Amino acid sequence: MTGIVALYIFMLAAFTGYEVISRVPVILHTPLMSGSNFVHGIVLVGAMVALGAAHTPLEKAIGFVGVLLAAGNAVGGYVVTERMLEMFKASGRAGRGSHG
Amino acid sequence: MSGTAGGAASMALLIQGSYFVTAFLFIVGLKRMSSPVTARSGILWAGAGMLVATIFTFLYPGMTNYPLIGAAIVVGGVIAWVSGKRVAMTNMPQMIALYNGMGGGAAAAIAAVELYRGEWHGYAASTLAVVGGIIGTVSFSGSLIAFGKLQGLINRSLRFPGQQLINLIILAGALGLGGAVASQLDATPAVVTSFFALALVLGVTMTLPIGGADMPVVISLYNALTGLAVGFEGFVLNNAAMIIAGTVVGSAGTLLTQLMAKAMNRSLGNVLFSGFGDTGGAPSGEVTGSLKPIEAPDVGVMLAFAQKVIVVPGYGMAVAQAQHKIWELCQLLIDRGVTVKFAIHPVAGRMPGHMNVLLAEAGVPYDLIADLDEINAEFETADVALIIGANDVVNPVARTDKSSPIYGMPILNADKAKNVIVIKRGRGAGFSGIENALFYLDNTRMLYGDAQKVAGALIQAIKAVD
Repeated sequence: MTGIVALYIFMLAAFTGYEVISRVPVILHTPLMSGSNFVHGIVLVGAMVALGAAHTPLEKAIGFVGVLLAAGNAVGGYVVTERMLEMFKASGRAGRGSHG
Repeated sequence: MSGTAGGAASMALLIQGSYFVTAFLFIVGLKRMSSPVTARSGILWAGAGMLVATIFTFLYPGMTNYPLIGAAIVVGGVIAWVSGKRVAMTNMPQMIALYNGMGGGAAAAIAAVELYRGEWHGYAASTLAVVGGIIGTVSFSGSLIAFGKLQGLINRSLRFPGQQLINLIILAGALGLGGAVASQLDATPAVVTSFFALALVLGVTMTLPIGGADMPVVISLYNALTGLAVGFEGFVLNNAAMIIAGTVVGSAGTLLTQLMAKAMNRSLGNVLFSGFGDTGGAPSGEVTGSLKPIEAPDVGVMLAFAQKVIVVPGYGMAVAQAQHKIWELCQLLIDRGVTVKFAIHPVAGRMPGHMNVLLAEAGVPYDLIADLDEINAEFETADVALIIGANDVVNPVARTDKSSPIYGMPILNADKAKNVIVIKRGRGAGFSGIENALFYLDNTRMLYGDAQKVAGALIQAIKAVD
């Protein structure tokens, strides 16, 4: 990937992110933040590549921590987002409260 | 061309293809998550994207250390899975902060591996590694502080004169060291280590002075920063999936941060540099009057014979896990022919939209939930405004007292109701530390106690009316 192509990708991705989120209702702010938090868990693939190319003990140690943190970001981000969005299936239906 | 080289080339193509699919799935997933109707399927799309990218990355040509990679994924994944499943809905915001900090730390770790290795890949690559490294590290330590604050582990907001100047000096120091590393002026491990150490300190000192009430905006900002750091490290590794996903989150997160700050009527600069969120100095215009207590049976009668009741839930209700009991109480009132509505302030709970999630969990139908713009005109026609664990969002000084830190924040006009009942655990001030003038009004009565127990008592009282 040449520098200018990378720059194009950067610009287009930035516009995409902006367009995708605009006009989102307030009730989705928290789940959406959590969802985008999950998406940057893609750092996992970078951490895997970094650890996969590590040679010295120091590089391996840092790489290991990196993969561990990234896996936490991806898995944790998915679980909490899924749990939050789970609530939205209740929308529109009458209460399923304690004596409903 | 030898067979292995051809194999590696086609493998690389396969991996690139999988990242393309991942980028597509992420964008579709985020788009679906931005509408309530499709939100639930959105996370499934994005999750599929993550799975595809992770599996194909194992095929990376020349990759070693497979046992370490596998072990790190399992350990990190299992810890996050268990903690994510267990965390209470009320504690969601700090959990997001924690996972976000982990992502920032991972981006910083990638930068660290590259920089410690000391291989020179040109100014552009090393500059991006350094910038991604500093952003990721700040997001890491800053998110941990945000987690600590919301979790109640850090209660005080450290603030002293000249703080912004000191932060600026630390930033300049980190940038200077980073510049030295990126330009190969001095890229020894000692310099790299000091660079990361300074960035870590910066995240801490930047976040410590910010009050708890502003934390959601800050977490959202760090979320955007982590995205940006991931994007930059993606350039370093020549990894299109990271560039696209990181940049999309970076810009989407920035917009989301602005929307949140707007919902709280605050500017981002204000949040970061003005130190709001707990008591700075005593606000002028002391509230006068007395708190007038009331007992549950009296409130029960008042509610039972009301025509219209507006419930204003706050974080206190969520902490007491009272939403189910409160909804039971409201169903009882609805059965008696009382009109019941829930008024949700944009920042009720700990984050915009947090309270809607909590009420949905309790089974409250959406058509009973109104937001600030819809409901504010209706308070004048309400017989009772039932405030449950909410405080700052109904404080009328936001309308009147220019010296108050929350002046100008849109509030719910609960004080306009004929009767105001405040269910509150004790006499403490709100999250912002500001005394609430609403509690001292003539039409306000205080009902002290744990929200869940009080709701139970109210249910008994209403049942006893007939």
